[in-house]
Amino acid sequence: MEPLQIYERLKVRFGERILETSEKKPDPFAVIDPAALVEICHYLREEPELAMDCLSNETGVDYKDHVAVVYHLFSYSHRHGAVLKIKLPREEPRVATVEGIWKSANWMEREIFDLVGVNFEGHSDLRRILMPEDWPGHPLRKDFVEPQEYHGISTVRESPIVRLEQHKK
Amino acid sequence: MPLLNSLPDYVLTTKTDELINWMRKSSIWYMLFGLACCAIELMHTGGPRADIERFGATPRASARQSDLMIIAGTLTLKMALRTRLLYDQMPDPKYVISMGSCSNCGGLFQLAYSVCDGVDKVIPVDVYVPGCPPRPEALTEGLLKLQEKIMTERWLARAPRAKGEAA
Repeated sequence: MEPLQIYERLKVRFGERILETSEKKPDPFAVIDPAALVEICHYLREEPELAMDCLSNETGVDYKDHVAVVYHLFSYSHRHGAVLKIKLPREEPRVATVEGIWKSANWMEREIFDLVGVNFEGHSDLRRILMPEDWPGHPLRKDFVEPQEYHGISTVRESPIVRLEQHKK
Repeated sequence: MPLLNSLPDYVLTTKTDELINWMRKSSIWYMLFGLACCAIELMHTGGPRADIERFGATPRASARQSDLMIIAGTLTLKMALRTRLLYDQMPDPKYVISMGSCSNCGGLFQLAYSVCDGVDKVIPVDVYVPGCPPRPEALTEGLLKLQEKIMTERWLARAPRAKGEAA
């Protein structure tokens, strides 16, 4: 099934909770209501004609006016895929976890929490996965400012040319 | 008649310092410590073609048995704290080779938020090997430079080394 046909099916079933769908293009997506995320994902996985048994990628994007979480789904039995997006406010973005539907969401949601700062409610183990535990902030936010030092290690290094000129004086 | 010529052929004479240094430089055990792609070249250097084992350098799996730490790869800030801990676990005298652009100065990732811009911000470095990554020949050259450095050390008459100071 083509992605746009899948979104049409979703629109028939969930109506207003499918907020918008993109035009026809190589990788079309559907923007859905965050409150209905788990319900829609459950439907996509359990409906035999859709059978999205694989969450191949889940990622977070900071668009400056909002934060998006993107779900790339794939069905091994039907060889078709779909892309879902949800838009969240930048201040304290919260959304339900899909870990109960696809186990592979566990680490991907930890990564989104670590780098973009989205809180996944109901996640079994929401800790940082890449950055150190005591790291300040979420580095892939557009307004993230790199700290000047970390545990006494300076994070800036002067240009060797500047150093050489100082040495010549 | 000088003393040297009076000795039989099987007796060699040398200075104590030189003997100690020669023994030490001929058995530099380095720690198995690869952080990124430079570690591939590090493995290659220990392999049969470049074969740094002919200089007495052999990999050890523990910091407590190592004389040399080769920082092979991108050092993240998270790893920098662990690197300092491992360096502190090594027994004196200990040496550090910074291998590749990343551990020299942060390299390609210098402006990244998570990367430590140079291992010399964390531990003292004896030899810097440039390259991205350096070829096994370059790392072997670095080891030979370290051996030269070891040969200049004085052990009988020396000031006690300050803690954390490079050998």
